[in-house]
Amino acid sequence: MGAFQSSPSQPEYVDLKEKTGFSISQIGVLHTRFKLLGHNGETLKRDHFNSIPDLACNPIRSQIIEAFFDRRNFRRNGEGPVDEIHFEEFLMVMSHFKAPSPRMIEERESVRREKLRFIFNMHDTDDDGTITLEEYRHVIDELLSLTEDLGKDTAKGIADAAMREVASTSMAHMEPDEFFEGITFEHFLKLLKGFEIELKMNVHFSMMDTPTFCK
Amino acid sequence: MAELRPARCWRTGFFFFCVWLLLFLSVASGSLVVVSGSNETSGGPVGDTPEDPHHQTNSTTHKKAFPVLSFNYQDVRKPFVISLWILLALLMKLGFHIIPNISNVVPESCLLIGVGLLVGGIIKAVGEEAPVLDTKLFFHYLLPPIILDAGYFLPIRAFMENMGTILVFAVVGTLWNVFFIGGMIFAVCQIEGVQLAGVDLLSCLLFGSIVSAVDPVAVLAVFEEIQINELLHILVFGESLLNDAVTVVLYHLFEEFSHAGTVTVLDGVLGVVCFFVVSLGGVMVGAIYGLLGAFTSRFTTHTRVIEPLFVFLYSYMAYLSAEVFHLSGIMSLIACGVMMRPYVEANVSHKSYTTIKYFLKMWSSVSETLIFIFLGVSTVAGPHAWNWTFVISTVILCLVSRVLGVIGLTCIINKFRVVKLTKKDQFIVAYGGLRGAIAFSLGFLLTDNERKNMFLTAIITVIFFTVFVQGMTIRPLVELLAVKKKKESKPSINEEIHTQFLGHLLTGIEDICGHYGHHHWKDKLNRFNKAYLKKWLIAGERSTEPQLISFYNKMEMKQAMMLVESGSAAKLPSILSSVSMQNIQQRGSGNRRAIPSISKSREQEIRKILRSNLQKTRQRLRSYSRHDLMIDPFEDNVSEVRFRKQRVEMERRMSHYLTVPTNRQETPSVRKVCFEPEHQVFTYDNSESPRDPRARPDPGPLDAISLVSESQGPNQSREPRAKVPEEQEEQDQLKLSRCLSDPGPNQEDDLS
Repeated sequence: MGAFQSSPSQPEYVDLKEKTGFSISQIGVLHTRFKLLGHNGETLKRDHFNSIPDLACNPIRSQIIEAFFDRRNFRRNGEGPVDEIHFEEFLMVMSHFKAPSPRMIEERESVRREKLRFIFNMHDTDDDGTITLEEYRHVIDELLSLTEDLGKDTAKGIADAAMREVASTSMAHMEPDEFFEGITFEHFLKLLKGFEIELKMNVHFSMMDTPTFCK
Repeated sequence: MAELRPARCWRTGFFFFCVWLLLFLSVASGSLVVVSGSNETSGGPVGDTPEDPHHQTNSTTHKKAFPVLSFNYQDVRKPFVISLWILLALLMKLGFHIIPNISNVVPESCLLIGVGLLVGGIIKAVGEEAPVLDTKLFFHYLLPPIILDAGYFLPIRAFMENMGTILVFAVVGTLWNVFFIGGMIFAVCQIEGVQLAGVDLLSCLLFGSIVSAVDPVAVLAVFEEIQINELLHILVFGESLLNDAVTVVLYHLFEEFSHAGTVTVLDGVLGVVCFFVVSLGGVMVGAIYGLLGAFTSRFTTHTRVIEPLFVFLYSYMAYLSAEVFHLSGIMSLIACGVMMRPYVEANVSHKSYTTIKYFLKMWSSVSETLIFIFLGVSTVAGPHAWNWTFVISTVILCLVSRVLGVIGLTCIINKFRVVKLTKKDQFIVAYGGLRGAIAFSLGFLLTDNERKNMFLTAIITVIFFTVFVQGMTIRPLVELLAVKKKKESKPSINEEIHTQFLGHLLTGIEDICGHYGHHHWKDKLNRFNKAYLKKWLIAGERSTEPQLISFYNKMEMKQAMMLVESGSAAKLPSILSSVSMQNIQQRGSGNRRAIPSISKSREQEIRKILRSNLQKTRQRLRSYSRHDLMIDPFEDNVSEVRFRKQRVEMERRMSHYLTVPTNRQETPSVRKVCFEPEHQVFTYDNSESPRDPRARPDPGPLDAISLVSESQGPNQSREPRAKVPEEQEEQDQLKLSRCLSDPGPNQEDDLS
């Protein structure tokens, strides 16, 4: 098994544990998976993700993969895309999907912000801090992309209705010549206030064992 | 104060009517209970000997005058009394809502039991024998509507997500309850000096199996009123539904054993096997009937009127078929409803959907009311054998075992749950374990047990305790503990988009992690559903419609309905505001107005709805006839303006079909509504005047429409509006009216 210096040893695991909140065993499992995906290399590139067969039938595959390569999700105040990621960044992105621990009820608001921020970043592809109509239309197109022979205008109609809804929840009344630039993060928060994302956007990491059966 | 007096008059009149009805009912039903046929002179003023035989025998000898008015109660006695009971139940239900204060404190179920006690008391006082809650009546007629209603409207997503927890509570929890209560009661019976020596272990276990199951009827009745959050509701309710399998198996098992006398290990193993057979068999039977029902609904496009009947009949057959084989009828009914619903809803018309919904709610409401009233009546009627120790210890043990069971199981469950159950949740789950009429009926079924009366008394006491004490106090406790309530769910397209988005996102993350989790399997199921089932079970083009689009269409339909129902321009629904597409679209990107292509049948329905309402609007103002609508704009200015304003307001609210700005200042101007052929995308340039009908391509066969309401080009400023000449307006008005008159799909030339 490849280059020894690339596999983090226990003290590094501890360091990662503090940064991301995963347990040692979870970090170990994810690291095994990282190595498997990257064919024991040190970094992962987009092609590695593209080669996961289960992901092929996912309509928003490209956006998910992009999210892994987006510096905004690395919790390091960076911006813009990268071409390859190390294990630490992989773990950082994964940590957005941890369930909030029950003791963290008071921090629910911050957990919710963080998860909604992740989704916001996924929608806002040009990094300008707002989701414009075009970007939102793109989201819906992707969601419906696996449906055959769908009229282009249906997606547009849905996106338009959705944008209208956002605009009306955030600004109740607008003059006809006022211009609504796009959904900012604050609007987004307000929009999905009742969605309880901190309860939904979770992957059960503690149930994973060494994944031998899937590629 | 003057208004109160007539209201009070009505109320007192209502009360007197109810009291009279009660008396009449008690006497009438007394005559029903007594075996019909031989005894015709049963109590009171009713039941006079019919005159016919008398008349016949004496016709030759003694010519009587032709009876103008005769009294024959016997023939209609049975349906008469049944209807009277149902009427009484419903009047009581009505009455509770007229009295303002009581329904806040006491849940309806308690009041209904109280009424039942009252009626039972009256019947007994009159000297008749009160009708008892017959087991067959209960299990075959009263229970299925409630379960079907619950199963058909079960929130599938929440149910599936918490399936593991629900199953653990239902199966393991009920087993724990049964053995704990049965065992402890047996221990209590062994105590000296309590006169309970003759009760053996098997009888105790049988008793335990009857009394420990959480009852769906009671849970529904109480939880419906406290509006608790979805998770807790589905946990307690799901448990009450799924524990039916356990109850059925254990009940039959212990009954067999108590006849046989001895238990072997083989019997125990067979019992476990039987449990799996009963539950899975019930689900399978229900699923088969559900699929049959879905398949049938595919062909009902031309006979819409009988569609609801298919739903009801297939479900009822599922229940009865499961009962034939002693499988769990409740699980079968739930499986049938769950299986059938997505496909039936995609196939049936809107009216049928409403009919199904309202009939189910109506039947389940009547059933529930009747059950509680009968429970009260049976309490007064039945033979009782009160034994202080037994009853008190039963009540206490039920509480204790429930609490212990919930706490113990939650510790185990929380290890596997992503979102843990808090102490508050556990308390509500434990406190919400109400017993109800199922326990009573099962107890009634006990045949040759010498302690039957004692058991029945204890069961009734437990039921009363849980329904009255726990039912009444749960609402203040929920307030006190600040348990999360059910959130108002407005259908929001954004939330739906994000639900789907999140589903795919989580599936993707699971795939990346290489973990075949919950989302992965759900996604696989969805794909299987889409690829195979939907093709077979959904008629027409809807089979390939993705969920997002059907949600969008449903929302549009709802808003069109809302718009129609609200009628006048009273209040604007909060969803629609004055924000329009112009605000959102980027300037200079061209005013591309694209009309979403909605499928034909939906268009038809929406058009019908809107057309009928437009007619109504017109009729309200000036009683227009449908076919000649030539408005003379100079005739009645005031009503005309009002009419126009109303129509404009309505069209503005239909802005979901628009991508055109609804410029407020254009209100007094004319709007033109045209019926366009569907499936055409209209994109207009800035320069083109939208009023120009020649911009439209040739209209195809107008069998479906998309409504387009156009106004002036958005980039034109407001000055030209004011200068629109009168004749132009008049012309547009006439054009508009012609369009609105909608002479039908054939006369398309009118529109050009």
